[in-house]
Amino acid sequence: MSSTTDSTGQAGSPPFFSKHATVAAPGFSRWMVPPAALAVHLCIGQAYAFSVFNGPLTKVIGITQSAPGDWSLTTLGWIFSLAIVFLGLSAAFAGKWLEHVGPRRTMFTAACCFGGGFLISAAGVWLHQIVLLYLGYGVIGGIGLGLGYVSPVSTLIRWFPDRRGMATGMAIMGFGGGAMIAAPLSVALMNHFKSATSVGVAETFVVLGIAYFISMTIGALTIRIPAPDWKPAGWIAPDTSHKMITRNHVHIDRALTTPQFYLVWLVLFLNVTAGIGILGQASVMIQESFKNTVTPAAAAGFVGLLSLFNMGGRFVWASSSDKLGRKNTYSVFFVLGAVLYYCVPSFATSGNIALFVLSYCVILSMYGGGFSTVPAYLADLFGTAFVGGIHGRLLTAWAAAGVAGPVLVNYIRAYEVAHGVAKADAYTMTVHIMTALLVVGFICNLLVKRVDAKHHMSDAQLAAER
Amino acid sequence: MENANHTTRQPSAARLIVFWAYVLIPLTWGVVNTLTQAMKLFG
Repeated sequence: MSSTTDSTGQAGSPPFFSKHATVAAPGFSRWMVPPAALAVHLCIGQAYAFSVFNGPLTKVIGITQSAPGDWSLTTLGWIFSLAIVFLGLSAAFAGKWLEHVGPRRTMFTAACCFGGGFLISAAGVWLHQIVLLYLGYGVIGGIGLGLGYVSPVSTLIRWFPDRRGMATGMAIMGFGGGAMIAAPLSVALMNHFKSATSVGVAETFVVLGIAYFISMTIGALTIRIPAPDWKPAGWIAPDTSHKMITRNHVHIDRALTTPQFYLVWLVLFLNVTAGIGILGQASVMIQESFKNTVTPAAAAGFVGLLSLFNMGGRFVWASSSDKLGRKNTYSVFFVLGAVLYYCVPSFATSGNIALFVLSYCVILSMYGGGFSTVPAYLADLFGTAFVGGIHGRLLTAWAAAGVAGPVLVNYIRAYEVAHGVAKADAYTMTVHIMTALLVVGFICNLLVKRVDAKHHMSDAQLAAER
Repeated sequence: MENANHTTRQPSAARLIVFWAYVLIPLTWGVVNTLTQAMKLFG
């Protein structure tokens, strides 16, 4: 490992935010790294809870009810959409930069963007300028989301070569759990700040922006990367000559020329598409499927249960993939998912709420598991040197599924209802299409093979990149 | 390690516990809140 030299040629400490300054000292406990990653992911997971602001934001002028000039839900919907688009774009384009500068600078930049995005949005609410909300939370906050999402993942993979799935599962579980903290916290803050002249959103944005900045910065300051030759005490890399797990490394740009990258892209896209549309429609779907049986309050409980399984699945499935293997884990997602989707309409028709709820809980656990298992899948295929950047580029599949999933569910349902199908039966066609998508995903996953050795970097190329 | 002098000291067990508590306490609070709400489905 090299230290830095100043202009006089004397050795000196590297800049605090540089990659070299974050290399851990011998004896550093790798168990300090997951909380650092969680400190970031628990914050950015707030994105899933942004909808709690939608109602109050439609009454910024009228306070108790919407007044002329107040924003509509359609106008506000673009804030979240922009954030997700910029999450995907920043993760895709900043991947190379992330590998170059290391996780501390990336995570701190994410903290500045995400926290700063809230502050700009607060100004937007005060001034009643929607453009500032688009710019603040949508664009700048979205960039913070993308950088924050990918930056700790590759670091964790390097610290836990023996348990890659479990390590990434822990961090990405935080993204699922962040909304569970943010939703009740945001509601409590808005209730605290609301007055005769304010709905309390701007003040809540300021508090959240500062809190998230501090929390993410703590994560950035505590993250460490292992020395290149570090490995867990007593751990010997298993013989992987006959498996898909490589000990070599593929350059981030070279990875994009391999069929494996596009097959895994499709695997993630199809797995996410099958879950994301249901997540957005869960409350309406259970009420329409069990009319006069499930109340709106019970439907909200169903949504909460799905969130828990979405979060838990991220840890449980990714951890089990360390034993099962990534390819087998995705095969389980696609086979079990297709069977459950195929059976769900019959559970609704027969009035079996328990099996209906259980099926969707398992489906959502596999939706979450798909997100958390994929970084380890990429590390197995392409090595760990550029896995952060490759993962970032793969997340474009998430952005694409974010459009495809809800469109499939909403438009097909609307088409069915417009053609005289009863609302309770309108989801049957949708879930059968989901079943077909999962079968396609299963085939794509089957086609994933070990990456050809011609794509591997030589030791000299690797050293030059480092 | 040449750069060992500008990296961290070894974390103590107490420091490890504080860090884990820092993330697990709010996460547990959120999970309990969500679970309480989810129970309405069975109520």
